[in-house]
Parts: sequence; structure tokens; C-alpha cells
Amino acid sequence: MRLIGQIGDWLDARLQVGQTLRETAEHPVPRDTASWFYVFGSAAFVVFVLQIFTGILLALIYVPSAGEAWNSLQVLNHGIQLGWFVRALHGWGSNFMVAIVLLHMVQVFLFGAYKFPRELTWIVGVFLLLMTLGMAFTGQVLRFDQDAYWGLGLGASIASRVPGAGPAIVNVMLGGPIIAGATLSRFFAMHVFVIPGLLIAFVALHLLMVVKLGINDWPMPGRVVRKATYVQEYHELTKKDGLPFVPGAVWKDLCFSALILLAVGACAMYFGPFGPSGRPDPTIIQTAPHPDFFFLWLYAVLSLLPPSMETPVLLIGPVIAIIALLALPFVFGEGEKSWRRRPIAVLAILLIAVSLGDFTHLGTFTPWSPVMDAWSSDSIPPQFLHNRSALERQGALVFQEKQCHNCHALDNIGGKRGPALDSVAARRTQDQLIRQVIQGGGNMPAYGKNLSPAETTALVSFLETLRPEGQPAARDSSRAVGLEPQSGKPTAAQP
Amino acid sequence: MTNPDDLSRRKLLMKLGVLFNGIIAAVLAVPIIRYILSPVAEERKQGFQSWLPLGELNEFPAGETRFATYRNPVVNPWDGKTADIACWVRNVDGQTFQVFAINCAHLGCPVRWFPQSNLFMCPCHGGAYYQDGSRASGPPERGLFQYHYKIELGKLFIKAGEMPTPGQKTQSSLVTLETRRCA
Repeated sequence: MRLIGQIGDWLDARLQVGQTLRETAEHPVPRDTASWFYVFGSAAFVVFVLQIFTGILLALIYVPSAGEAWNSLQVLNHGIQLGWFVRALHGWGSNFMVAIVLLHMVQVFLFGAYKFPRELTWIVGVFLLLMTLGMAFTGQVLRFDQDAYWGLGLGASIASRVPGAGPAIVNVMLGGPIIAGATLSRFFAMHVFVIPGLLIAFVALHLLMVVKLGINDWPMPGRVVRKATYVQEYHELTKKDGLPFVPGAVWKDLCFSALILLAVGACAMYFGPFGPSGRPDPTIIQTAPHPDFFFLWLYAVLSLLPPSMETPVLLIGPVIAIIALLALPFVFGEGEKSWRRRPIAVLAILLIAVSLGDFTHLGTFTPWSPVMDAWSSDSIPPQFLHNRSALERQGALVFQEKQCHNCHALDNIGGKRGPALDSVAARRTQDQLIRQVIQGGGNMPAYGKNLSPAETTALVSFLETLRPEGQPAARDSSRAVGLEPQSGKPTAAQP
Repeated sequence: MTNPDDLSRRKLLMKLGVLFNGIIAAVLAVPIIRYILSPVAEERKQGFQSWLPLGELNEFPAGETRFATYRNPVVNPWDGKTADIACWVRNVDGQTFQVFAINCAHLGCPVRWFPQSNLFMCPCHGGAYYQDGSRASGPPERGLFQYHYKIELGKLFIKAGEMPTPGQKTQSSLVTLETRRCA
């Protein structure tokens, strides 16, 4: 013990940092900020360190070459002892990092931490969020599999829509005319050198400001931030009712960070690494590319936007979002910090959380995509074929053969691109069914040129059987009036 | 003892030093920026597209749409399989061809051909196209991308080499097929 002390003294005599470190560690923080709500920033930092560490370990094996990257991932997964575990730690670490950074952001937003004098801390934090997402996307590309390949194509297609410069941006992004070796190399450089370097610098800046300006005080309803008086009020608060950061508050950070590391490790051990999925060979087209979890919401938005809105929303939406985040501390730099007095802030968070959650949920089962093999692998449930005429069964065959099942579900089996057809005959008359099949419309292709009259007749007669028992078939009331002026009663449904 | 004159000379020298560094930085920036922008340099871009054989004509029977692949003309030894690109060849009537890019006109996912329903379908966001490549439904704003083609010595050639994206200008001789409203 004495020896360690001597070595410490010897080093400090030369480095001259001991005093500064001690003062930083023991700087007083307001007593109620030693809270479980204030642990997300330090946890994000700890996971970031884990990412650097596991990233370096992966770089010992990984080959950033389009021809070899996928093979080197296979070696990591299967050929190197516990290579799969390091990959899993890095992959789960990235998921946790995105999640914790978002939680941290929500917390500091709801606690008004972005207000005077911590505007710049917030702005640096916004850049840290963008870089974290940049790491997530470039990291997904380095897992160079089918999803990565087509994900790059998706990125290129979005970038190409920038007016004027689009195609040039695509070429610079891909490093050439197509997604190939040059593309992977430049994403490797971004993921391993450029963004981490910036992240380290910005994290240092972020932490420096937290220490210099002091941690955000616990928001009290009625304690209003005013530029003229805030700094003095804060110092009085820490003097009157403060405690040293170490050990007063730090133990909660340490416990939470350890729990998060444990969770990352447990997920890595239990669920294993992510992919790689199929080989990045663009001639293998039997694939349904899917982004990683944190971009699923975007995947859903891209499917659900009306086509004409897509380009403006894609290009202008992110710019507006980033400007709004950066402008926030300047527009609302003073005033109430407490979420109890900021209903719009709370509603905004709820709205964003519900939207992201909902879009992500949709992104996990992609109801907008045809199920590409439903026509050949999902049979028509037997209740739709029971007691049917030969013509109607022939229509069921047409239904399968012409891939209707890829987009339309029967008894919840099949695609969800178009409406389920279990009760279509209760909604559409025979004429409407024929017109819909032949002319399409409402986002359905027209099948007029692909169906013979006999096939159309058979298909429509099958569709006419699709209605719940006891429910009458849809009826054209104007026709009934025209044809049967005397009766005036609806005709009974034919079973 | 420093006199004010001395000080101002030192200041001037320091400013000159900064200026000197700035000039050197600007001079060095020119080649560095050109290096970064080399994928869009005019002299390189011209080599992106070239005529590539897809196969003998008899591999593409009249009235059918077949899968074909080619090796991209701009290629590095470490590109691996990524330089093999797929496309769809439609032999319209034995004389006329249409060669479609594999990439969906929405966001570039690989479209698949279904000969039974005569549709191209995209697995990503649900785009669908008719057999002539025109848009049938879903989020794409236009029909499938088409390559120029020519027939020489009984072989089908296409002009290709760059990944088609929605932002590219349509090549002049390629008529964008209008969306059909009804059959």
C-alpha cells in the first residue's frame, strides 16, 4: 500500500493532475441530483467504452474487404474461440448504446437541462446522438451481408434524390459506380476512425461542460430559470444543500452502469451475435432485406408515406428535426424546468415515443410487403374450399396460381399488403369484384391482361363465396330497384 | 526589457507564419479534395458505363422474362461477388427486348419476377410492376429502370455499369413508360 502511494506521489509530482482530479471528483452537486434519474449519461459513457474495447478486439480478425468480410465474420463466429461472444457484445452494446442515449436525452429534456447555461451541452449532445446513429448505420454495413448490401442500396436511393447533386453524392458515398469493395472500405474508415474520433472529442467536451457548469439541478415547479440570477442561485444551492459527487452521487452511476454491462453480457450470451445473414451476393435475390432494430421505424415510414410525399419528407424532415433540436435551448432557454409545468414537452415526448414504437412494431412484421412465397407455400384453408362447386375451386386455384395470396390473406394466412378477403363478398358485388380484378386500382395491380375470361370467371366465383356464414352477399341496391321495382325487398342471400 | 516595436514585429512574424501555414494548407487541400471526389471525376465517370454481353439470344425465349447476370465493368480484385450484378431480360416478341435493372425504383431492393401473374414484386416496401416494367402499385414513383440494349453476333448486349438510383437522369433514348390507369 505504501509503495502504491509512493508511486502515486512520484507520478503526481511530474503530471500535476492529482489536485485537479480530486477537485473534479469531489465537486459539490445538489443533493437531490444524486438520483436514479441521473444515471443514463454515465451508463452511455460506459457502454461507449465497451464498444471501443470490443471494436478493437473485432478488428484483430475482421477483414474490411468486400470479397472477404463475410468470410471473416464466419471465422469470428465459428473459427475463433469466443469470437461469437465478442461479436455479440459489440452488437448488443450498440443496441444498448442507442437505447440509453435516447433515454438520457428524454431525461434531460424533461428535466429542462438544456436551458441556460447548459445550451451548448445540449447541442453537443445532439451531435453525439447523430454520431451514435451514424455508428449504428455504418456498423450495420460492416456486418457485410445481404441486409447490409441492400441497406446500402436503400441509402444510395435516398441520397440520389437530393436535387442536382444526388447522383454525385451516391458515387462519393459508394466510392464508385456500384456497391463494392470501395464502399465497404470507406464505411470501415468512417466506423473505425472518423466517427469514433469525433465521438471521443465530443464526449470529452460534453463531460467538461457538465463538470464546469455543474449537473442540472432537480427541477422544482415554480423555480424558474432566469439568465440574470441562475448561476448564483445554483451556487447557493450546491453550497447550502450539496454533497461531493464522489462518493455522494457516483455510487448510483456505478451500480447502474454495472447493471447495464451485465445486461449487455447476458443478452450477448443468451441471444448470441447478430448475423451475418446471407452472403452479400447481389445475384441472390431470394431475400427480404431488413434494417437493424433502431432503423425499423424508418423502414416503416418509407413504406407508408404516399409516394409523392416521400422525397420531400426524406430530405426536409431530418433537416427540420435537427434544426428543431439545435434551436430548442435558444428558444426555450429560460423559464420552468419541471415537467409538471411543461405539458407540451411531456406530450411531445409521448407522441414521439408512441409513433416510434408503433412504426417499429409495424417494421417487425412488414404488413406492406407481399409475402413472396405465400402462393406456393401457404395453402388455402380448407373451410374456404368445403362444399364448393368445381368452378369455385378452379377459382381458388387461380387465386393461388396468380399470386393473389402474396398480398391477400385468408384466415390470417398470406400477405397483408391488400385487404384480407375472408368477407370480401359481403363488401363487394360481383360487378365490383370483376372490375377490381381486371382494372386494379386502390394500390392493386390490374390483372386484365394476365387473366383469361375463363380464369376471371372462376376467380370471381370463388371470391363470391368468401363471406361469413349467415351474412348476405353485397348487393347493388340501385340494380335491385331497376330490375325488381315491385318487390322492393332485398333478395335473400344465397348460401 | 521588450520595446513596443519589437512586440509588433514579433506579432507580424507570427501572423506571417499563420498565413504561410494557411497557404500551404490550401495548396495541400486541392489534391486531397480531388482524391475524396475521385468517384465523381469526369474522366473516371465516363468509364462507368460500357457494353456488356448478357448471353446468347436463344437463352431468352420470345414472350418470356428471364434472369441474367453480368460482371460490372469497373471492378477491383477485392470486390468479390459484389461486382456480379443481376437484371431481368424480357424478350417482347423475338425482335424487341427490355432489360430491367434488378433494383426497385423505390429504394433499390431486388425485385422478383412472377411469370404466373406477370408482375415484378419488391420484397421491401411492396412495390409492384407490370411485365413491361411500368408501375403497377406501391410506393415507387416510376417504372423499373431499363438498360440500353443491342444485338450483335447473336448475342444480347446491354449498356451498364452504374447502380441505377431514382435521382439519376433518365437516359434520353429511354422512354419512361407511363403508368397505366386501366387495362
